Amino acid sequence: MSTKSSFNSLYNRYSHWRESAAVRRGKMFRPDYKFIRKSDESELVVEDLNVYIKNNHILKNINLTIPDKKITCVIGPSGCGKSTLLKTFNRLIDSVEGVKLDGKVLIDGEDIIHSGTEITELRRKMGLISQRPCPLPMSIFENVAYGCRIHGIRMRRKLNMIVQHYLKAAGLWDEVKDRLRTPATRLSIGQQQRLCLARSLAVEPQFILADEATSALDPISSKIIEDLFVKLKENYSIIMVTHTLHQALRIADYVVFMYLGEVIEAGDAQSVFNNPQHELTKKYLSGAFS
Amino acid sequence: MKFFVEKLMRVLMVLSLLLVFGFVISIIFTIFSKGWSAMSWDMITKLPGGGFYIGKEGGFLNAIVGSLYIVGASTLLGLFISIPVVFYLNIYLKKNSKLAYVTRLAYDVLFGIPSIVYGAFAFTIMIYLGIKASLLGGIIVITLLIIPIFVRSMDEVAKEFPREILDATYSLGATRLETIRVVVRQIAPGIATATLLSIGRAIGDAAAVMFTAGYTDSIPTSLSQPAATLPLAVFFQLSSPIAEVQDRAYAAALVLTVIVLILSLLGRYFTNRFSKNKLK
Repeated sequence: MSTKSSFNSLYNRYSHWRESAAVRRGKMFRPDYKFIRKSDESELVVEDLNVYIKNNHILKNINLTIPDKKITCVIGPSGCGKSTLLKTFNRLIDSVEGVKLDGKVLIDGEDIIHSGTEITELRRKMGLISQRPCPLPMSIFENVAYGCRIHGIRMRRKLNMIVQHYLKAAGLWDEVKDRLRTPATRLSIGQQQRLCLARSLAVEPQFILADEATSALDPISSKIIEDLFVKLKENYSIIMVTHTLHQALRIADYVVFMYLGEVIEAGDAQSVFNNPQHELTKKYLSGAFS
Repeated sequence: MKFFVEKLMRVLMVLSLLLVFGFVISIIFTIFSKGWSAMSWDMITKLPGGGFYIGKEGGFLNAIVGSLYIVGASTLLGLFISIPVVFYLNIYLKKNSKLAYVTRLAYDVLFGIPSIVYGAFAFTIMIYLGIKASLLGGIIVITLLIIPIFVRSMDEVAKEFPREILDATYSLGATRLETIRVVVRQIAPGIATATLLSIGRAIGDAAAVMFTAGYTDSIPTSLSQPAATLPLAVFFQLSSPIAEVQDRAYAAALVLTVIVLILSLLGRYFTNRFSKNKLK
């Protein structure tokens, strides 16, 4: 016992030294891990955003201000550019071929569209949850730890704490605590989506971008995710794209209605749902098209 | 009528299956029946003695060890060279990239080139550089021989790599280089299969090592010494007029087959272990 534990403590001390030395030299990025995020203001402002993909004008003159620590629901019919908008926020759209971005997206006053943006850091800030849960081909533990590892956290004990904390935050800890080493693909699809949420939270984002995060799930699992979002909005600004109006009605604080690449109406959920200003919004809310 | 065709086709399928199976059985049977009499502990634990090639004492440990040296080293080298190639082809290059097309074409051509050509090519270069037949030469030429197998068979698996996993990794803030851990885990079964295929080809190849690794009665102790290989042990002993020595060729073939069998079983086992994390 004593040999092993002394080896472990030695190793921990060594890796701590290595990590802090690397940080001191400025070679390694280390996010400031605090278990309760300080509620600093995070603001996202979109100014005159235009997105073209191979000469198709996908997003047209988007002007938006996303409120802080609220759930913003982006609604609209299929193909109106909701997902493209989300992918622009974390620049995942760069991997689409023939894409051209124009305009400004300001996160905390910093424009993320221009080419000098540090994309990995931006993507860390903007946790994305996709439509279908996509666990990495690793164990449950490694799935959550992966993001921390690539951002320079190597200490075993620290990783254990982070994984436990964020699995708890995603409401998954009690279900998986005895099988952290089993492949993530063995979880049910609802659990997988919560694992993806925990994985995104583990790299300490400011925003959570949810791209129809519940549309592949059964009603019970999507209820769990919705409740989680309501809980998480204390600490994160959540932007979610949704197809189901009912979901938006249930949890949205702020609503953005898009149609054919344009923002038709944006405002408080109460006012948009009860008193829509625009003709198209009225039609959409009454179910004339979807 | 439909029923009849169904039946007929089924019979044909079973027949062709039996044909393959029969092939394997008859090869193993031939090797066993001819080689078993010459097989003994001495064969696999001793170096050839003075009169080994006229049917006297000794064994072919030199060839077993030489083969394992060459196969082990070239498989490792091949893996280290081909994983980056596959990674670059599939993650860095776009789907319709010209470079990727030309690279794949090149590897297809290399795949089809017979091993004697590799041997002759390497031999020419070795003469030019003034290097004698050696373990190093054998390792290099076998590595060249198996890299196309590695690349093409891993590439087939990597092409199916799900786009969503990449997007998920990117959205955690990973660079393209950092996705390699995820990619390797997802295509691990493909890597295992490719390794298996490559080992099979590497251990069984006689033509490429004939000029490059040479043949010797001792176990090489440095990279610059020549090394014996099992396929060449089979070849040289089979061409002997003495019946006892010919039987020893079959014994060497038996050892070769058993090594391949063991490696295949190990490969299957590890493939199953590696694929447990794979996203379906």
